This record gives sequence, structure tokens and C-alpha cells, in this order.
Amino acid sequence: MAPRAGTRRRSTREAVVAYVMLAPAMMAFAVFAFWPFYRLIFFSLHKQRADESLVSRPNQLLDTLTGKDFLSGARTSGLLVLYTVPLGIILGVLMAVAVHRKLKGIRIFRTVFSSTVASSVAVSSVVFLTLVNPQIGFFKHVSWLDLTADGSGLYRPALIGVSLSVVWQNLGLTFIIVLAGLQAIPDEVNEAATLDGFGPIRRFFKITLPLLSPTLLFVVVVLTIRALQVYAPVKVLTEGAHQTSTLLYQITNQPQGDYGIGASMAIGLFVISVVVAAAQYGILNRRVHYGN
Amino acid sequence: MATDSAMTGQPRSRLAAAGWYLLLSAMAAVVLFPLYITVIRALSGTTTTNSLVPVDLRSGAFSDAWSAGDLGPHLAISLVTTLCIVALQVGTSVLAAYAFTFLKFPLKRSIFAIVIATLLLPIEVTLLTNFRDLQPLGWVGPSQGLVGAMAALVLPFGATALGIFLLRQGFAGIPRDLRDAAALDGWGHLGFIRHVALPVSRPVVASFIVISFLDSYNQYVWPSFVGNVDKYKTAQVVISGMYKADPQNANLAFAAALLISLPVLALLIFFQKQIVAGLTAGAVKG
Repeated sequence: MAPRAGTRRRSTREAVVAYVMLAPAMMAFAVFAFWPFYRLIFFSLHKQRADESLVSRPNQLLDTLTGKDFLSGARTSGLLVLYTVPLGIILGVLMAVAVHRKLKGIRIFRTVFSSTVASSVAVSSVVFLTLVNPQIGFFKHVSWLDLTADGSGLYRPALIGVSLSVVWQNLGLTFIIVLAGLQAIPDEVNEAATLDGFGPIRRFFKITLPLLSPTLLFVVVVLTIRALQVYAPVKVLTEGAHQTSTLLYQITNQPQGDYGIGASMAIGLFVISVVVAAAQYGILNRRVHYGN
Repeated sequence: MATDSAMTGQPRSRLAAAGWYLLLSAMAAVVLFPLYITVIRALSGTTTTNSLVPVDLRSGAFSDAWSAGDLGPHLAISLVTTLCIVALQVGTSVLAAYAFTFLKFPLKRSIFAIVIATLLLPIEVTLLTNFRDLQPLGWVGPSQGLVGAMAALVLPFGATALGIFLLRQGFAGIPRDLRDAAALDGWGHLGFIRHVALPVSRPVVASFIVISFLDSYNQYVWPSFVGNVDKYKTAQVVISGMYKADPQNANLAFAAALLISLPVLALLIFFQKQIVAGLTAGAVKG
């Protein structure tokens, strides 16, 4: 009996040590992620009056999520995903494929293509002021990215202008991840395909792309989530005017003091992000080739 | 370099090589064009001409931008809060990753699931209520002080799931025998972390430090929300508002944006390998 009791005491002590070591991280998560999330739910169901007292408003969450403001923000953010993700992926893959070869000086290109990873959302937005700002922008006369123009349907010039800054800022990250994916494909696979008479284009679509698909799925999800949470370029380039008010911009632009509407919208943003990411994994995963 | 051997599509002729260089240069031009125009605009006095070379060249654009934006103090706030975030994140991540890797305890899987769940709750989602929670403390709002402002900028990022994942991956390669041997030597858990776990997984720790620095320094949404007193705004927040505040001197805003990018640019040049390793750790494992 004695050794067993000793083992149990030791494992109890080990568990205590583990919990103590986990405590700092878990406390930070509890205070700054889970508690605020609970409070979002709470405020989405309450209204704060001028004297700071709270009134229960059980319908507020659903009313907000089906209301004009939220839906227009959701539509804008959805369009931003459409404008930025496919273009970003295509450019990132093109750059990675071009760099993925033995050439003198290729390192310089690799550094240049990675470079926007160092650029913050704030800096990228300011950089794009020089290109699309209606007073001083280099492309201020280009009508399809005019920050002062309204469009209709899927076409929104001002939002295209905002999107370009998002695409540019994400380019470095996309390139780095896709290049790493390419480098993980063994040489022999391509050599075998070449021996089988595959040309470079057929090799890319039949061999490289399928083997790259897990990486691309990851990039699609990351870029989509980033696009759904765009804020800085809207703030700097358009201040939400001309159909560019994204979900996060709408959330921050609610009247001060009453958190009910903003909290409801934040819940909406959370649900959309989770559903979209889960759907992308669910749908695209079936088409992804993980190899054996 | 190891990666150089994994190259495909070796050019068969000089012509093919020239073609690739042409394509690569065109792509590089597209990537660099926005930066190039920004540099031109930073150096130009006249901001309304569409010129590809500096017009009405201004001397001292960068030192003017430095004083116009009062960048010194704001950069200090950015760098100090960033270093605090990095230190906190490394600390909390190392401890948590050690527990997950080397210790047995009840509810391990559930607690790990909780860590994963935090990925769904970024600051963008919890912005409003996080802000509201800090109001009664006086850390945000018009009467915030230096310490409160710094605490508001740092503490919400004290722990990160990414760091715990990365370090857990790094620790996973350490043989358990090493842990047992260390115990025989009389090293406790912290001694083992200091003398074995951290030195052995140094590349992973380095990657995480660089990525954590990059992310923290480049933050915008939360700092723009909690920097309620002008003095305590981070450099990113300050440069984002400079053009709007003074459109007549737009060149200063662009010079300032370039200036505050220098620390991260240096990071990219010197730690490219660590950045790549950190950014791709989650993506290419399949």
C-alpha cells in the first residue's frame, strides 16, 4: 500500500505544479477573452440608460443582427473578402512559384516579396493614401478605385481602393506561407512527373497545386478572417464613407455609453467569423489532398 | 542553404533565366511601387503632382516629421509596451507549454481546448467590453495616466494561444529521459526549463519572440481605442492620424510612417529565418 500512496501523492503534487504553471496564461485568457465575451452576450440583451442603469432587452440581439446597420456592415465586409482573398492568393502563389527556383540573386526577390509582412495595418493604410487619396493619390483619376464614388451591386470603387491596401499588406504573409508549402514538396515528385512527360503547366495544375492545397486552405482561412476584421484602412482612407463601413468599423461607431447595439454586432462578427472558418474547413477540406 | 536544394523548374537556358528575371522584376516593381511613391511623397514639398521623382525637394523631411509627430515619446511608448508584451507572452507561454508537455494532470485535454478557443476571441471581437471593463480602473478615458495607459496596452495580450502552441511544439522534441535525468540531478521544474528546455528549443523561442514583437509593435485597433490621451498614443496610432490633421504638410505623415517602420524592417532583415519559421509553423505541418 505504501508505494501506491506515494505515487498518488507525487501525482497530486505534479497536478498542483501544472495548475500553478497554467494559471498566469489562463488568468489572462479569463480576464481579457472569456469574461469580455460573456459581457458581450450580457450587453447584447440589455440596454444602458443615461443614468447607467440597465434595462433588459431580450430582443435587442436579434433585432440588431437583422437590422439595417449590421447587414450593411456584413455586406461590406463580405465584399471585402471577395475583393481581397482570391486576388491575394493568386498574387501570393504567383510570387512564390516564381521565386521557387535556382537563380542567382533569388534571395533579394525573396526578401522583397516578404517585405510587406513588416508593414503594419496603419503604415499600409498611410502608404495607400499616396495612391488612392482623392486629393493627393497617384491614382486619384482612376475611376474604379475612386474613394469618393459610390457603386452598385458587387461594384464599389471606394471599397476597391480600400481593398488594395489590404491585399498589399497581406501579400508578404501569403507569399511566405505558400513558399514554405512549395518547399515542403519533395523534388522527386516533380522529377517523376517530368519523366512521365508532364509539361510545366500541367505539372503545376496536376501535381503542385493538389500537393499545395492544405497550405492554400490555411491561407484562405487566415486571409478571410483578416478581411472580415478590417478596420485601419477604412479609418484612414475613407472613414467609412462611400459604402466602405465594414463590420468592425460599424461596431466602433456606435453611440458612446450604450454598449447594447455594438455588443450585439460584435456577437454577429464572432458568429460570422466562426461559421465562415468552419465552413471553409468543412467544404474545402474535402477537396484538399493531404498525401499519404 | 538547405532550401536551395529543393528547387524545381531549373532553367534550361539563358533565355528562360532572363524570362524569369523579367517576371520577378515586374512582380518586385508591383510590390515596391506603393513604398516608392511613399518615399517620393515624403521627400516632395508639392504633394499634388503625380511625379515619379521628388518635386520641390525638401531637406530634412525626416527630422521635420520626427518633431511634427513628436515621434520620440510615442515610439518609446510603442517599444516599451511591445517589450512588456513580449516578455509576458514568453513567460506565460513557456510555463503553460511546459505543463502541457511534461506534466500529467486532470482535465489536460479540456484545458487545452480552452486555449484553442481563445483563437476565436481576438481583441477585435471583445473590443467594446474589454474597454468598458478598464474604465472603472481609470486605465482608459480622458483622465488616464501613464501607468494605466501602458497597462491597458499590455495586459490584454499577456498570454497567447499561438505562443503556447509554438513552444509546445518546440518542447515536444525533448526526450523524456532528459527530464528524468534532470530530476535526478535535483533540478526542479524551473531549473529544467532554464537549463534544458529553453536552450534546447532556442530556435522556436527565437521565432516566437520575433513574431510576438512584430505583432505587438504593429497593432492598431486596440491601441487606437485605448490611447485616449494624446501623450499616450502609440506610434502607429499617431502616424495614422497625421495626414488628416495637417493635409498641407502631407509629406510629414509619409516620412513619419516610413520612420516608424524602421524597427520592424530591421527585424525582417536580420531575423527573416525566424519570422518565416514562426509564421509557417501552423501552416505546413499538414
